[in-house]
Amino acid sequence: MPEQLLNLHRVMPEMILCLFGIVIMIADPFVSQAKQRALGWTAFIGALLALVSIHFMAVVGGMGYSNLISADTFSVFVHVVVVGAAAIAILGSMDYLDMEGVQSGEFYALVLFATAGMGILASANELVTAFVGLEMSSISSYILAGYRKHAPKSNEASLKYFILGSFATAFFLYGIAMVYGATGTTRIDLIQTAFQVNPLDPKAGGSILPIFGLGLIFVGLGFKVVAAPFQVYAPDVYEGAPSPVTALLASAPKVATFAIMVRIFYVAFGSATNVWFWVIWVSAVLTMVIGNLGALVQTNVKRMLAYSSIAHAGYILVAFAAGTDIGIAAVLFYLAAYSLMKIGAFLVVSHLGQQDEQRLELKDYAGLGSKQPVLAACFSLFLLSLLGLPATGGFLGKFFAFQAALDSHLVWLVVIAAINSVVGAYYYLRVIISMYFWDPSQDYQPTKVRPALATALTIAAAGTIYLGILPSHVLDWARTAADSLALR
Amino acid sequence: MGTQSFFLTVITFLPLLSCAALLMLRAEDDIWIRRIALAASLAEFLLSLFLLPKFRLGDSSYQLVENRAWIGQAIHYHMGIDGISLFLVLLTTFLTPLAILASWNSIHDRAKGFFISLLVLETGMIGVFVSLDLFLFFAFWEVMLIPMYFIIGIWGHGRRVYAAVKFILYTMFGSILMLVAILWLYNLTGTFDLPVIQQQLAQNIVLSPTTELLLFCAFFLAFAIKVPLFPFHTWLPDAHTEAPTAGSVILAGVMLKLGTYGMLRFCLPLFPDAAHRAAPVIGVLAIIGIVYGALVAVVQTDLKRLVAYTSVSHLGFVVLGIFAFNSTAIQGAIYQMLNHGISTGALFLAVGMLYDRRHTHDIKEFGGLATPMPVLMAFFLFVALSSLALPPLNGFIGEFLILIGTFAANHAWAAWATSGAVLSAIYLLWAYQRVALGEVTVEKNRTLPDASGREKLILAVMSVVIIVMGVASPMFTRRMAASTDNLLEQMNRPAAAERRAPTMPPVQLGTTAPLPQRLLLSIEGQVQP
Repeated sequence: MPEQLLNLHRVMPEMILCLFGIVIMIADPFVSQAKQRALGWTAFIGALLALVSIHFMAVVGGMGYSNLISADTFSVFVHVVVVGAAAIAILGSMDYLDMEGVQSGEFYALVLFATAGMGILASANELVTAFVGLEMSSISSYILAGYRKHAPKSNEASLKYFILGSFATAFFLYGIAMVYGATGTTRIDLIQTAFQVNPLDPKAGGSILPIFGLGLIFVGLGFKVVAAPFQVYAPDVYEGAPSPVTALLASAPKVATFAIMVRIFYVAFGSATNVWFWVIWVSAVLTMVIGNLGALVQTNVKRMLAYSSIAHAGYILVAFAAGTDIGIAAVLFYLAAYSLMKIGAFLVVSHLGQQDEQRLELKDYAGLGSKQPVLAACFSLFLLSLLGLPATGGFLGKFFAFQAALDSHLVWLVVIAAINSVVGAYYYLRVIISMYFWDPSQDYQPTKVRPALATALTIAAAGTIYLGILPSHVLDWARTAADSLALR
Repeated sequence: MGTQSFFLTVITFLPLLSCAALLMLRAEDDIWIRRIALAASLAEFLLSLFLLPKFRLGDSSYQLVENRAWIGQAIHYHMGIDGISLFLVLLTTFLTPLAILASWNSIHDRAKGFFISLLVLETGMIGVFVSLDLFLFFAFWEVMLIPMYFIIGIWGHGRRVYAAVKFILYTMFGSILMLVAILWLYNLTGTFDLPVIQQQLAQNIVLSPTTELLLFCAFFLAFAIKVPLFPFHTWLPDAHTEAPTAGSVILAGVMLKLGTYGMLRFCLPLFPDAAHRAAPVIGVLAIIGIVYGALVAVVQTDLKRLVAYTSVSHLGFVVLGIFAFNSTAIQGAIYQMLNHGISTGALFLAVGMLYDRRHTHDIKEFGGLATPMPVLMAFFLFVALSSLALPPLNGFIGEFLILIGTFAANHAWAAWATSGAVLSAIYLLWAYQRVALGEVTVEKNRTLPDASGREKLILAVMSVVIIVMGVASPMFTRRMAASTDNLLEQMNRPAAAERRAPTMPPVQLGTTAPLPQRLLLSIEGQVQP
């Protein structure tokens, strides 16, 4: 095959996603309002095709487009999680958009574009390419967050996300400039080589410039993965954004951003683990503590789940701090499990919120266990998985994360994380208490779950249990993915 | 691996599978839900009885072992039983049908969920007892909490939500640190497999004293909360009092034993040095638990709370026996675990029957009940006597073995613990007196019906077991002996023994040994007194 064709294979998922996005955008004005839902199914098919095409990307593998794109196993793993998450989110948002009366093809096109951006982020081997991917996903997300145009909260979310997000990406770009200034390249593998020639450690006479650049990059990416102290926006944005969008925002972009973080920190700056280690350590502790303490006092379930996303970013950072390939594998596994349960949880919230997202308080969930036993059981599963109960993906995610951190002798970090996860138990269980232990309010009957959402929830729930009971395949795969990065 | 027995897998997961049958029933099929749940749990019990003939006597290794690769190289699906876990499995399968029978008429609201919870709980508890892989153990250990949480929180009494949350948060706090310790052990040994870890710690790896103590404490804390050992006991009275009868029976009957079982299975053989170093503190805590639990039980005005506090006292005995580090005391401790499961289970059943009639646990509301319900009160007296260790009932054997063994290890401990035995007579007999004897004090109690056929069946089965365990204790102890001896042998591993000052002078066979040790030996069947 000619190199051009091989290159196309390496970005095939992105191509398909963008193609479907463009087609939907063009078709949107020609399709009557009543039939806009069909565009949602089109987008879903597009996402599925992109998922299939990852296979071809994996078969070809290697670097493409003058080494800007790397189609290694790591990228493949992240692609599967991101595109899969997007597919579930699309499936889960169709009924929601009907309910809110804002059904439109544009929504799905934006989701596809955002996903394409995340795909680029996952396979970027070059910092400016990563920046393009980050912007592509971010700008689509800003619009999606404000998609309930008449709701003040949604507008607030969009604006907040946009302004703070722009700052964050600017920091990221500034950091890239610094690193370029220090090394003369923006390619991740070349940066790695450059630091082997000139050691990074300032104590050993290395320049402070790339370290400063890395700090700025961490600000930019930390914002995206909601790592403290850059998490401030997350509760407001996640609460204000339409729930299916929140489901997407809380999962896929985080996965993709963690992927590029791994590439930058582990590969490019792999020789400086001792320099960035403490930053990650402190950030992990802050993120967990802030997330969990914030979630403790919430009575709004959606906002509680938003804080819980922060806490989970902290647990992922615990694995990240390990600084080993076991740590990367743990991060990847955690991200896969986390995406499934978080999307599932937010989709349940999107359904139960009813029109205008009015019913988000704990008391609105009272008696759900007897009114809609299947949905309540499903939600309980996601909550218990977020809590980290064995036999769910969430537990194994934490388990491998702690294992990786202990392997690097981060005993105290693991103890702090462990205590945090018990604090988490309190607020997750509160929702279960409300659903099962409180008497239902008589006047209110929740609407039935329709097939599209039911399918999305089933996939998420089945995935959560699968990862909890038979994690071997995914774990092995995550390990292969971690090995595919050329670590030093 | 060749041919492996599936037996333990079947026993563990049969209750879970029978939930599938329950799930298919509609909520309206109230009576069938009960019948199927009872049938499933009875089938489970009968099946588990086959463990007895399958169990090889005098073999201290794990039996009926199943070992399959599960996650990666390190985590296995490894199950097996020995003399320590054998009877605890049987206790679980025995109490579950009784708990179901006891809830026959008292659970109507969402009955399906209730019986499913009970059966899932049974799977979880058996799983804990048979797991030989730390990961598998931890999975069962945690999963088990959820059904109990629902049982207390949905079908409990007044302050049920508070009690359920307190119960689960206490336990989770303990177990999460245990998880850290498990991972730490994995880092040291590269496996989660209990026998392999045990072997490595005994032979290749010598832990530094600090590491060993930290690991020991992490495990011990989880188990101490579960037992509960003073001062971690405060969740227990709430959980017991608010739980429905079946919940209390299972909680007191089996779940508390998970803690003491964990000490025997993990704390002692894996970290013998640390266990010896911590023993003085733990012994004192256990004694505080015995005396304090008993004193608090004396002043309770709520009958169920009273029974709950007796658990604190009785489990103190068990912990004391375990940390006396000799075969007699440990056998006594295991035996007392079973006894407590039976006797306290029966007490809770009797209290539950009173509650079904009067919907209160307040002792003031009762009085003179022996007149309207002589049968029920006779049973109540009988199980109270068994619980306060009247010879020749079961409680006596356990407490006696523990006291003998403890006396050999530490005279003062034994002396203090004996006071607990006296106090137990006070609180139980006084409770019986206030509930059953004298004139009928509350007018509507006159017309209360006596035990129904179903209740008589439950209590009669319990009474038979109480008597059998009282007079035929060797039937049980001889199946435990090999495993307890093996446990003590593991504790005396060379690396450990060198660093440790002996807590007990080596015993000479013959009549020169001091009296308590001669007595000890005679009970172990080595010397005629």
